[in-house]
Amino acid sequence: MRVGFTVNGREETADDVWEGESLLYVLRERMGLPGSKNACEQGECGSCTVLLDGVPVCSCLVAAGQAEGRRVRTVEGLAEGDRQAPIQEAFVECGAVQCGFCTPGLLVQAHDLIERVPRPSDADIREALAGNLCRCTGYEKILAAVRLAANRRAENP
Amino acid sequence: MEFLRPATWAEALAAKADLPEAAPIQGGTDMMVELNFDVHRPAALLDLNRVAELTRWTAEADGRLRIGAGVPYARLIAELGDRLPGLAQAARTVGSPQIRNRGTVGGNLGAASPAGDSHPALLAGDAVIEVESAARGVRMIPADEFYLGVKRNTLLPDELIRAFWMSPASGPQYFSKVGTRNAMVIAVCSFAIALHPGERRVGAAIGSAAPTPRRARAAEEFLAAELDWDAPLEPAVLRRFGELATEAASPIDDVRGTAGYRRHAIGVMARRTLTWAWNDLRAGRTERRAG
Ligand SMILES: Cc1cc2nc3c(=O)[nH]c(=O)nc-3n(C[C@H](O)[C@H](O)[C@H](O)COP(=O)(O)OP(=O)(O)OC[C@H]3O[C@@H](n4cnc5c(N)ncnc54)[C@H](O)[C@@H]3O)c2cc1C
Ligand code: FES
Ligand code: FES
Repeated sequence: MRVGFTVNGREETADDVWEGESLLYVLRERMGLPGSKNACEQGECGSCTVLLDGVPVCSCLVAAGQAEGRRVRTVEGLAEGDRQAPIQEAFVECGAVQCGFCTPGLLVQAHDLIERVPRPSDADIREALAGNLCRCTGYEKILAAVRLAANRRAENP
Repeated sequence: MEFLRPATWAEALAAKADLPEAAPIQGGTDMMVELNFDVHRPAALLDLNRVAELTRWTAEADGRLRIGAGVPYARLIAELGDRLPGLAQAARTVGSPQIRNRGTVGGNLGAASPAGDSHPALLAGDAVIEVESAARGVRMIPADEFYLGVKRNTLLPDELIRAFWMSPASGPQYFSKVGTRNAMVIAVCSFAIALHPGERRVGAAIGSAAPTPRRARAAEEFLAAELDWDAPLEPAVLRRFGELATEAASPIDDVRGTAGYRRHAIGVMARRTLTWAWNDLRAGRTERRAG
């Protein structure tokens, strides 16, 4: 079947999509957007997190056909032109990236948190990131990056 | 495989009548895992996301809430957490934020896993499930008649779940769940309690400790007979309630825990949740969030 939706502000379509295919597969394999990672395909790791109509979801658990006509934003769409999103800058500055596999999902999920919650507490941050697994960093630097990005946002809203 | 995209409830019922093998999909948080791992391949997917009726809830004339099967957990918590505190507590323990943004009570009912977290709260809170078919219309099924066996419910092949009905809490409610982490865990076992002070009655139900979620009937009947609603909780009553809750369980040993552990934990959760609820009631509170 053919599936079409808006990705990072652009209309995209894909043909010959299998009816049981996931949004993640369509993004990665049919639309040339490999930023969202495929690690578990069962909602456990969060590395495939995208915004669907502005709401963070695991794209591996959305059927491609369910995205028809909707708005999808992936990690590729967080930066504004050449300028990285504040959460991306903070991840780099804090050294919150090691192998990088978990990073795209964490960026999308953390970006959503700091957009919604002006001054997230540590408990808020941990809760928001509870569905994103990282096997490298031990999370401390990720928490530091989210705090940094949130503080900057609170100072310059 | 086909992908069916009804835009209205009537179209969804017609599609299900035409092709009863079609598998409904809402949040996809159960269904997509099965598809990704090729556990089963339905003849068709019936996507219910565009059916707006399913994503609404209303307060009905009789005072009850009618909550569409497609309202995701995140909205249930945000919009109905004050009126359905037990169910909202259960919803807060489901998966992760991403899972709660998509997963629904309708999908939990459709999957009918004995470990599904909404079930004990639905049972303790006397929920009624509204299902419908194009051929025979609506059936209203009390939650404790809905679950038939492990991952089996009373839904007929041409039926879809439309909504569940619940009264706003009339007293304290709690949900408790045992697992290895505070997020992303399938319950080792779980327990829900709802006090109905007006009727001098307590609803109690267990999860993940029997082939289906189930009410702890003997424990409920014991409290209806023995509780002195105007006094502090008697230790003997509390202990007996825990024992009767444990007796409602018929758990198995599996990777998440042993039957013996589950029995023990059900008794502990029964005593704890009743104590929390009783303390709230005595203090004049109807809700307190578990920390
Ligand atoms: C990572 C992860 C963590 C999870 N953690 C938990 C947890 O902690 N607790 C828990 O209880 N569950 C958990 N789940 C399971 C799942 O999220 C829940 O069961 C959820 O409620 C399913 O809702 P859904 O809308 O996504 O269902 P779907 O996957 O869309 O559907 C599930 C089943 O219900 C049927 N169905 C859906 N809608 C209808 C309808 N309207 N009428 C008839 N049948 C219907 C489908 O055909 C399917 O069989 C988890 C899942 C994942 C992937
Ligand atoms: S790949 Fe989707 S959650 Fe792991
Ligand atoms: S940096 Fe390697 S998994 Fe997170």
